[in-house]
Amino acid sequence: MSSRLPATLIGGYLGAGKTTLVNALLRGADGRRLAVLVNDFGELPIDADLIEAREGNLLSISGGCICCSFGSDLIAAIMELRAADRPIDHLLIETSGVALPGTIAQSLQLIPDIDVNGIVVLADAESVRDRAADRYMGDTVLAQLAAADIIVLNKVDLISPEQISATTAWLKQTATRARVLPAQRANLPPELILTRQDEQTKGRFFASGHDTAQLATVGFEIDGNGDPEALAQALADASLHLLRVKGIVRDRHGALVAVHVMGRRASVEPAPRAVQSPGRLVCIGVAHEIDAKAVADAIAARPPYSAKLA
Amino acid sequence: MITIHEARRILTFNPARPAATHVAVRDGRILGAGRLEELAGWGDYRLDRTFADKVLMPGLVEGHSHVAEGVQWRFVYCGYFDRTDPDGKVWSGLKSIEEVVARLQQANAAASDPSLPLTGWALDPIYFDNRRMTRKDLDRVSTTRPIGIMHASGHIMNVNSKALELAGMLRRGINHPGIPLDDEGLPTGEMKGPEAMTPLGPHVGLDRGLLSADEPGLRAFARLCVRAGVTTAADLANLLPQPAVDMMLRVTAEQDFPARIVPLRIAREISPVELVDRVLELGRLSTDRLRLGKIKVVVDGSIQGFSARLKAPGYYNGAPNGLWYVAPEQLREILERSLVAGVQVHCHTNGDEATDLVLDMLELALRKHPSPNHRFTLQHCQLANAAQFRRMRALGMCVNLFPNHHFYWGDQHYALTVGPERAERMNACATALANGVPMAIHSDAPVTPLGPLFTAWCAVNRRTASGRVLGEHERISVADALRTITLGAAFTLGLDDEIGSIECGKRADFAVLEDDPTEIGGERLKDVRIWGTVLGGRIFPAADI
Ligand SMILES: [Zn+2]
Repeated sequence: MSSRLPATLIGGYLGAGKTTLVNALLRGADGRRLAVLVNDFGELPIDADLIEAREGNLLSISGGCICCSFGSDLIAAIMELRAADRPIDHLLIETSGVALPGTIAQSLQLIPDIDVNGIVVLADAESVRDRAADRYMGDTVLAQLAAADIIVLNKVDLISPEQISATTAWLKQTATRARVLPAQRANLPPELILTRQDEQTKGRFFASGHDTAQLATVGFEIDGNGDPEALAQALADASLHLLRVKGIVRDRHGALVAVHVMGRRASVEPAPRAVQSPGRLVCIGVAHEIDAKAVADAIAARPPYSAKLA
Repeated sequence: MITIHEARRILTFNPARPAATHVAVRDGRILGAGRLEELAGWGDYRLDRTFADKVLMPGLVEGHSHVAEGVQWRFVYCGYFDRTDPDGKVWSGLKSIEEVVARLQQANAAASDPSLPLTGWALDPIYFDNRRMTRKDLDRVSTTRPIGIMHASGHIMNVNSKALELAGMLRRGINHPGIPLDDEGLPTGEMKGPEAMTPLGPHVGLDRGLLSADEPGLRAFARLCVRAGVTTAADLANLLPQPAVDMMLRVTAEQDFPARIVPLRIAREISPVELVDRVLELGRLSTDRLRLGKIKVVVDGSIQGFSARLKAPGYYNGAPNGLWYVAPEQLREILERSLVAGVQVHCHTNGDEATDLVLDMLELALRKHPSPNHRFTLQHCQLANAAQFRRMRALGMCVNLFPNHHFYWGDQHYALTVGPERAERMNACATALANGVPMAIHSDAPVTPLGPLFTAWCAVNRRTASGRVLGEHERISVADALRTITLGAAFTLGLDDEIGSIECGKRADFAVLEDDPTEIGGERLKDVRIWGTVLGGRIFPAADI
């Protein structure tokens, strides 16, 4: 068996909230079978109530998910995981606090059938600027941020609104390609990160917490056989303010392909085999930034594609 | 029963009586070294004249090697320098890509199943006028059999087209800094760095677990020890899962097992709390010939791989700074918990910034948990400057330097990685000794061959492969070098009370030599002929091993 496997990297320095996010995603997996690979010195960072069984360094987690640590060799761990023929819908890679997620993403291309959907880097709102100036770790922290598609500015409840805007502005300068999302307990909606084959196209709001970003989705039905790469690039354009786009469209030959956008990162991959659906796209953004009409226009600017609000 | 060995000369490294002609042994322990009449007072004895024309010195101690050296010899040796295998066969060094291909063709012809992988090791194309090997060179060996050749550095691998095809990488459009492409847009077959190498590993016979040794590897390693005069060797990084520990306990307990192995548990995959607990548990399993209970932490990468962490001004060729493999907070927690538990920690630091980090974290940990005699050791520590050695001394640290690097890669360090000035002070043995830092020197086998007398020669001469003397002022005397490969290394392993010199009460561990290393001259130290070893009174001639 060798179906394509979407992967998301979750990076950031120690204590920034990577583990909290991973646990939130496991709780919100909603039927998706997640495989979490962890690289750190530490207990496998899964909340005790989620663990069903432990076998060596492999944890079985409720809902058909698993978690294991990969020591120093991620590529080998993924190859072993794939060889084991386990049903997996999405791979989450929690990189070590000193690892460079950009370098890891580049290396993941070397494994057949892995699609990197995006790099999420967590930043501790209180300490990220000190870390970035640290004598030993500064360049590592800056390289982590620079590789991000989305930076989650976490624990914003611990700093003042003025500090939030100053830190956000600094992050935008430091990591020019990343979208910055404030959060309190790394409380991102799983839909922002995970994919599924029967993506909900109905518009929804995610209230992700007091003082943090309200996210919203807009769904479109997509007609036409066109150039999916150009479409994905258009949706990754900064002017649309989209955090995430995922869905299925038809290419020039009428074949179904999966489109993924996270921040500035756009990719197109063959659709999962099981999918039999009309073209559809789900777009997620900050509620007050997302503009359904602008998105529809951007899609229509890549004819023969056309978009209809779902 | 007492045996008194007569020798041409016994170098005891006991300053009270530095040279002797006889050494008395009972139950694997030394009763004393001196004249026969002095030793006769211990009681009835048997005089053994096997070594009457040999020179004995304390069994050599390799403070940083890997049992994997014993595994590598299953593969085809492709190195530039002559090297001796566990059977004592000397494999000639290969001086061109043509010669490498020819040796592989021989191995290919000798192997039966044409689909099984062919694996080679120790390739070093920097000596081939930097002509890089490509998949097309290896395709001349076989197009049906996947072939992979590891480089001497361990950081690069060359593969043939079949191996690329099996890994799904014989395709266009690969965009990775570790994978150079040829005119056709296909990989050249040179895979640089662990990420590029790993996907190929299983197809070319290099599996992940291979570097933590298996049983035949351990046995082969011990035979290499005998040939090198080594009686005690550290296996510096091992995950030490219980089945491997059980195997090592069983094999090393055999009556004719000829080496004492000191495996360190690498800090990986478990938390500092679990790590220290596990290592305490391992320590309780220790036997005479298997000494468990120490931790290894890898702090940064390697200098020739440009992954070591350097202080400003960084790499000579402008390469970006290297990689951290541990965060300061994690390192500090491991150091603190180990100090409290009385567990010794060895830290791999190649770059001077990594060394600074360990010094900083240990200083903080020691303020919180003052610990006399901890002997935490910096391993490699190749770029340390004088100020760092002074701090090591002040903090009670030991160092294990890597002078073999001068010979194998010194010219490259001079020209490319760190530049002339730092290349000349790399592995600053003289500065370490002058500052009173307890010191060992090592081979890091299989990175360079196991052989403390060769390592001593490197520290005494600091000569590169091209003949340049790299840092005249950091050369050390023969006497210091010999003391370093015995008592010095024993101290860093916490075994100096038991081994490292020939004196009353210590274990009867000897290196048995045909030549006297104190007389042959520093220039020829590496040419000292080794007859074999004695471990705990048991005699192991290299010729029969
Ligand atoms: Zn090593």
